[in-house]
Amino acid sequence: MTVADPSPTLRRGPILSARGAAGPIGLAILMLLALACFGAPLIARWSGYDPLAVDLTNRLAGPSLAHPFGTDDIGRDVALRVLYGGQVSLAVGIAAALAAMVIGTVIGLVAGYNGGRIDGVLMRVTDWMIALPLLPLLIVLSALDPAKLGLPADLAASADLSLYRIVAIIALTGWTLVARLVRGAALSVRTRDYVAAARIAGAGPLRLMVVHILPNVASPLLVATTLSVGNVILTESVLSFLGLGIQPPTPSWGNMLSNAQDLITTAPALAFYPGACIFATVVACNLVGDWLQRQLRD
Amino acid sequence: MMRFIARRTVQALIVLALMSVAIYGLIGLMPGDPIDEMIANDPRLTTADAQRLKAVYGLDRPLPERYLAWAEHALAGEFGYSRLYNAPVLDVIVPRLANTVGLMTTSLALALIVALPLGVLAARRANGWLDGAINLGCFAGISVPTFWLGLMLMVVFAVRLRWLPAGGTGVAEGGTVIERARHLILPVATLAVVTVPVYTRHVRAALIEILGLDFVQTARAKGASEARVIWRHALPNALMPVVTLLALELGGLFSGALVTEQIFAWPGMGKLIFDAIMGNDYNLALMALLFATAATLVGNLAADLAYARLDPRVRYDRR
Repeated sequence: MTVADPSPTLRRGPILSARGAAGPIGLAILMLLALACFGAPLIARWSGYDPLAVDLTNRLAGPSLAHPFGTDDIGRDVALRVLYGGQVSLAVGIAAALAAMVIGTVIGLVAGYNGGRIDGVLMRVTDWMIALPLLPLLIVLSALDPAKLGLPADLAASADLSLYRIVAIIALTGWTLVARLVRGAALSVRTRDYVAAARIAGAGPLRLMVVHILPNVASPLLVATTLSVGNVILTESVLSFLGLGIQPPTPSWGNMLSNAQDLITTAPALAFYPGACIFATVVACNLVGDWLQRQLRD
Repeated sequence: MMRFIARRTVQALIVLALMSVAIYGLIGLMPGDPIDEMIANDPRLTTADAQRLKAVYGLDRPLPERYLAWAEHALAGEFGYSRLYNAPVLDVIVPRLANTVGLMTTSLALALIVALPLGVLAARRANGWLDGAINLGCFAGISVPTFWLGLMLMVVFAVRLRWLPAGGTGVAEGGTVIERARHLILPVATLAVVTVPVYTRHVRAALIEILGLDFVQTARAKGASEARVIWRHALPNALMPVVTLLALELGGLFSGALVTEQIFAWPGMGKLIFDAIMGNDYNLALMALLFATAATLVGNLAADLAYARLDPRVRYDRR
């Protein structure tokens, strides 16, 4: 009897949905960024610059043909550093989102498949996790001393430690959404006849969970993970900006911005490029995620 | 309802106690300890002095014992001294809390003032060009990194145009009302830009749903004007998710603006938490983090209660 079509609530607005071009555009932006960032070594060889090479005779130069984005406070080429920083940000974003997805899937499957007490405990833990103040918690976790954590000495001293650490921290705190999603789907699927049939045929719990239940949650899982890549990149950049993520001299978009804030009165332009890249990447991830969501729903 | 509140309060207290254990343990895993730092700063201190100091502060005892000692004092209302500020922890936290609440309420109020009309405009002509434009703006606002937005606003309005101060609260500049307001503008604008889209989307979605319900049809059939239908009949019902969101935001009041406070040197709770962790100020970091956790838990409870109060269909006791 109601006149209004009930579905518009679920739909996003027209520019991003009806025209359908948003998803492919986002995908194209991501591909371009990835290509440029991971192709950066080629550009470095061709141009003869090094993202870490200091050139004190050419500090804070403005944009020019030789340095399209100018140089920073110790004469490093900003354009090249932005690309190298992108490698780190993209890699961390994808790795941490995947790791969080794995953790969330395992917890969600175990909770949803078993139900009852196990489900109750796991979901209560998930609720608490969601209720915690996330950013302060992330700061505490990234400020931990690796030597006191009992990590092997060579790992604790390695230059890549900040990279592994940030992936681990984000994965450990970012699994909650996926866990809820997978749990919900598993809960609804586990009583279906074909699952019962597989059980009667002798399939063990592991096989039931992975082969019979998991494929049913594949599409929401894909959407959630795509959307979380953007969030993870934001989180990484915030932590690096605060000086807790990727450590200089390795460039990342976050720590370049941190450096830029110190120079904000002398070289305001330095703050523009890394942030614009983060913005573009997050927008692209969200576009692709929204698009996937619509594609998979219809 | 009372039973529900009681149960949730007990649960929240348990979470808080668990958090205090977890944070206490985690802080012990941070680099350096206060005594080592004293030695580094004062070459006259010998190892024997350090041992004695550790015994005085109880740092030579095992972690569980230290935690219990801290918990005993905390339950008696003694939260210890802040190392960075040389003052009792609560004396440091309270003024910061006031600063953060001031910043957050201003930005939330602004966000609501902007988001309500935007959401209504978008919902009235759902899928029209205006809806599309608003949606695009929301999309950008949700994707923009807060700290970059803050830096860009600072570059434009503080560095280039020199209209506004780049940071601080304005107390150092005399503390007049105008001076304080000038210092509020940039951080509040930064926070508002990232908050407005969230509320706009909620208002829009809820309003579209409500506008499709029968009672709205009835109101229209009785000849109520479109404005009356929207503002009197539909919007109050559509505000339910917004109120819930606001209650959830209560928790964010204490730590949510951490990055913004850091950028604009705003002496609030977020910056305090960050400074305490970075400065190895264990007592302060512990209490500030617990405050933030408690606020979040209270916010969650408030959201559930607001939901039940506003929507008669929600009942927590009959399960």
